[in-house]
Amino acid sequence: MRCYLRNDGSKGIRNTLVVVYLVECAHHVARSIVNKMDHPDVQLIGFPGCYPNNYALAMMKNICTHPNVGGVLLVSLGCEGFNREYLSDAIAESGRPVNTLVIQQNGGTKNTIAKGITQSQIMLEQLAQCPIEYMHLDELVIGTICGGSDGTSGISANPAVGKCFDRLISADATCIFEETGELVGCEQIMAHRAESPELAKQLINCVVKAENYYTKMGYGSFAPGNAEGGLTTQEEKSMGAYAKSGASQINGIIKPGEKPNKKGLFLMDVVPDGEPMFGFPNISDNQEIVEMIASGAHITLFTTGRGSVVGSAISPVIKICANPETYANLSDDMDINAGAVIEGSKTVKQVGDEIFELIVRVGNGEQTKSEQMGHQEFLLTYKTFDSIGPACLK
Amino acid sequence: MAENKFVQLHPHDNVIVCCQSAQKGEQINIANQVITLDSSVTIGHKIACQDIAAGEQILKYGASIGSATEAIKTGQHVHLHNMKSDYIASHTRHSVTGE
Repeated sequence: MRCYLRNDGSKGIRNTLVVVYLVECAHHVARSIVNKMDHPDVQLIGFPGCYPNNYALAMMKNICTHPNVGGVLLVSLGCEGFNREYLSDAIAESGRPVNTLVIQQNGGTKNTIAKGITQSQIMLEQLAQCPIEYMHLDELVIGTICGGSDGTSGISANPAVGKCFDRLISADATCIFEETGELVGCEQIMAHRAESPELAKQLINCVVKAENYYTKMGYGSFAPGNAEGGLTTQEEKSMGAYAKSGASQINGIIKPGEKPNKKGLFLMDVVPDGEPMFGFPNISDNQEIVEMIASGAHITLFTTGRGSVVGSAISPVIKICANPETYANLSDDMDINAGAVIEGSKTVKQVGDEIFELIVRVGNGEQTKSEQMGHQEFLLTYKTFDSIGPACLK
Repeated sequence: MAENKFVQLHPHDNVIVCCQSAQKGEQINIANQVITLDSSVTIGHKIACQDIAAGEQILKYGASIGSATEAIKTGQHVHLHNMKSDYIASHTRHSVTGE
């Protein structure tokens, strides 16, 4: 596959300039810069909170130095708690161009937008100089999530992603699946696939942690649309979601923003550690996609039954529709029709191969449906993890 | 998969899954028996393919996905009104079940 070679040696499949607001108060200025640039490679991301958070800082560092990102413009109001100096230094250290605009030091909204546009134009020219290289399948990191699941998801789209994952892993790629709250009920089944007895225990523990956390929240990871689509319980949804992981051995657990330390299949433990502190683990699907990207995903495979239309900033999202009726209704938004399995016209394996082939084409620059439509959602909120903090930032 | 409008995902399952909308009274030939639908169902929903006692586990993919809150007869729709999670309650926009 064709790729962009970064100065830190990483290889990206997109060449994105991100404009980052570091507090909600800087959101309008950052968005105005992106809107006025009106360029598909200039994308808006940000963090809304004024209070500092180690998780958000680590996430933002990993996102801004993601292989698909070629340059960064930070937009700060000036008085917020986000450690913009640390972030800027980390981005510069990775060899990427980075500028910081502090609205309070640049004459306010109008002047900051004007400066931001000038700086973005210069950085786009720098991005265009990024050397083009080649990368192999074994250098790819692929994540998967599901959203708007229904009673077809666990029969068609999710096992098809599982087949695709098995094929990617046998080609030495790295794959990540997630949402421990959506594995409640299948932890014992999953544990049998662990690389070691110690990992098996940890897999069970992180699902138990998720169950306790969601119980305290008062809701499982279960939306009304899941029930309308035929799913009745959390464990039923979990069994379907679990099918995305395929049948390969599970090699480790990572937390959001942590990079897999070897090739293979990893579970992302998305549920915060300790007593619940900042609310629901992931308030919507978009946040899960962002966590995949922060852990290095070049592409995210998103299965849906009810029909999600989202994409993401930074890394392409491939949408795989489980339900043939939904596909007929929303085909403009769907990359793959796994509903063919429900209709009996294709096997799970055939759809898995279709996904695999599309990954290679998207890696080579083909736009996904959500990219074509301009979807660039991004969501990052507060969390707390034992192992993510200043110590792991160094 | 859907020569039939329904599929049984695992031989031990006591529910079958709808792959194509079906009407009340339709007869389904599946799992070596003929099941008459007690209600109309849409794609993704579950129908009991054997009589299930109150409290009994509902099996799908060969695994438990919760338990029956009342006796369910073959051919009946299995959903929030007659089964619940054994882990965390499910919610709709209007209600919470299984608490």
